Amino acid sequence: MELRKNYFADVRKDDLHEIGQPRPRSDSPGHVTGKTAYFADRNFPGMLHLKMVRSPHHHARIRSIDTSEAEKHPGVVKVLTAKDVPHNVYTILILIQVGPEDETVLADGKVRWKGEAVVAVLAETERAAQEAAAKVKVDYEVLPAVFDMEEALKPGAPLVNEYHGQNYYLYDSGECRKVRFGDVEAGFAEADHVLEQSYQSSPIEHAPTETTGCVVVPEGNDRFTCYTNTQAMFFTLDNTSIILQMPGSKLHFVGGTVGGGFGGKVDVIVEPIAILGAKLTGRPVCFIYSREEEMQISSPRAAEKVIIKDGVMKDGRIIARKVTGYTDAGAYSRHSPYGAQKGAGHYPGPYTIPNVWIDTYCVYTNRTPSSAMRGFGVTIGDFALEVQMDKLARLIGMDPLEFRFINAYRDGDMKAHRQPTEGAALIECMQEASRVANWPVAEKYMAMSSYKNGA
Amino acid sequence: MTKVPVQFTLNGSEKAEFIDSGTTLLNALRDKIGDTSPKGGCHQGTCGACSVIIDGELRLSCLTLAETCNGATITTTSGLAEGGVLHPLQRAFLDTFATQCGFCTPGMIMAAKVLLDHTPNPSREDVVEALSGNICRCTGYEPIIQAVLSAARANSQNAA
Ligand code: FES
Ligand code: FES
Repeated sequence: MELRKNYFADVRKDDLHEIGQPRPRSDSPGHVTGKTAYFADRNFPGMLHLKMVRSPHHHARIRSIDTSEAEKHPGVVKVLTAKDVPHNVYTILILIQVGPEDETVLADGKVRWKGEAVVAVLAETERAAQEAAAKVKVDYEVLPAVFDMEEALKPGAPLVNEYHGQNYYLYDSGECRKVRFGDVEAGFAEADHVLEQSYQSSPIEHAPTETTGCVVVPEGNDRFTCYTNTQAMFFTLDNTSIILQMPGSKLHFVGGTVGGGFGGKVDVIVEPIAILGAKLTGRPVCFIYSREEEMQISSPRAAEKVIIKDGVMKDGRIIARKVTGYTDAGAYSRHSPYGAQKGAGHYPGPYTIPNVWIDTYCVYTNRTPSSAMRGFGVTIGDFALEVQMDKLARLIGMDPLEFRFINAYRDGDMKAHRQPTEGAALIECMQEASRVANWPVAEKYMAMSSYKNGA
Repeated sequence: MTKVPVQFTLNGSEKAEFIDSGTTLLNALRDKIGDTSPKGGCHQGTCGACSVIIDGELRLSCLTLAETCNGATITTTSGLAEGGVLHPLQRAFLDTFATQCGFCTPGMIMAAKVLLDHTPNPSREDVVEALSGNICRCTGYEPIIQAVLSAARANSQNAA
């Protein structure tokens, strides 16, 4: 790998010994010999299998639940419903004061998305758990459902989540996260061209090769060891402690080995109920998503809709940008209020624009709850922004890369959310990209620098 | 549930177990015999993580009933290193960074081994074809293809 020395020469020491050198990964020898221990590689005598009874409806009231036939099924050891869960209503980000608690471990009175967990069955074998789950009778009254974010925000739309009281997350700033910088309307009035476009994405499943799950062992002293493939060990530990009303000192989480996650294993879904099962039965419990559950039940990346309106001058300067972003949380918050908020800070992109207006909404619908996935909150936004940049360049007849040089942020520039730019390297990245991609730009752009006093 | 006896050779040693009739070879290996190197990524024959070698052929252990393996010779990735020395494929997967989370790796190595056993000097197309039943969500496949090609090269140099 070639490391060019001309960029940031004043702060470069160039005594790099590791970067650019191949170094063996410490976990690879275990991987290639089959010795790496994933959570499901732990097997304990007497281990029970947990299977969920899931909602077949997108939105429904639960009139009654009858577990009597399931309990009689051979091999069944325990059947759990909402009343068995000590603190059944939770939300993951309560740990950082993002509430209200809005999600049930096991559905209580209502289901808000198709696939929602209603009853947990613990049995001697996976098959017995599966068969017994099919014998649980749930009487539903189907309710109207809403799947489109803009529909959900209209007056009279079905209310998805009563814990919020409206179909959007209420930030301290109101119905959306807001960024206001300069005077965006004055910018549009002054612009040579104004372009408004909307962009949208569908939910995306991470599809890790190893499905979500955990294995729990009661240690006999009121402590529980939980082998898990969570990507969020301490979030999971602390939320489990809240849900089970059990001090963290009783919970020993073992993890760190994850068979692919990509953000899909940061929710606290399998551990609390499996630990509860182990507590109430005194037996080891495994709860492992089937491939179908991984694809249909685990949180995907949120669907997003982004509307971008830009005012641009013929000389290439973007002088005004207005963005409205919608993040589809699905039925519950999980990490989406945070994702939508991240979007608000991010939407001007790595560009310096004097007049900016941003609103980002976190919207509830009757879709599968979404959550984290690689750069969530900004990934879809970047797709939208960069497609928009290409369209703007075409509109004014400018090379798309040169257009980005003109607007690139540089050290000292004030960003729309009032953080001064520091350590910018966009110009240098584009110079290198221009070189290696053989996409030449005018010499004056190759002479620019992220240091404002540079050029 | 009816128990049935099974007996086979796993990585050179004799194994005998009583299992529930209908148990997959994957579950028998992992839960009964304690070889967890084959992984269950789908239990429905679509990911390849459970690949093993039965009598020289590549098989999905999640779609193979253990009771059909009586008398068979079975190889898994945990049995490849001899005397602590890595198999050339294992070495190559290490050297070319062909593993990230590692969950697909044992299955990939099994598929690659069957290829090299039958075709010691495969083309790139041969490798792609041989690995086409194995899903990796992390590495992007290219390092895996390179690993198999470099293991083949190392083998032929040793043979020369
Ligand atoms: S577990 Fe056998 S193919 Fe996926
Ligand atoms: S290395 Fe993660 S699935 Fe292949």
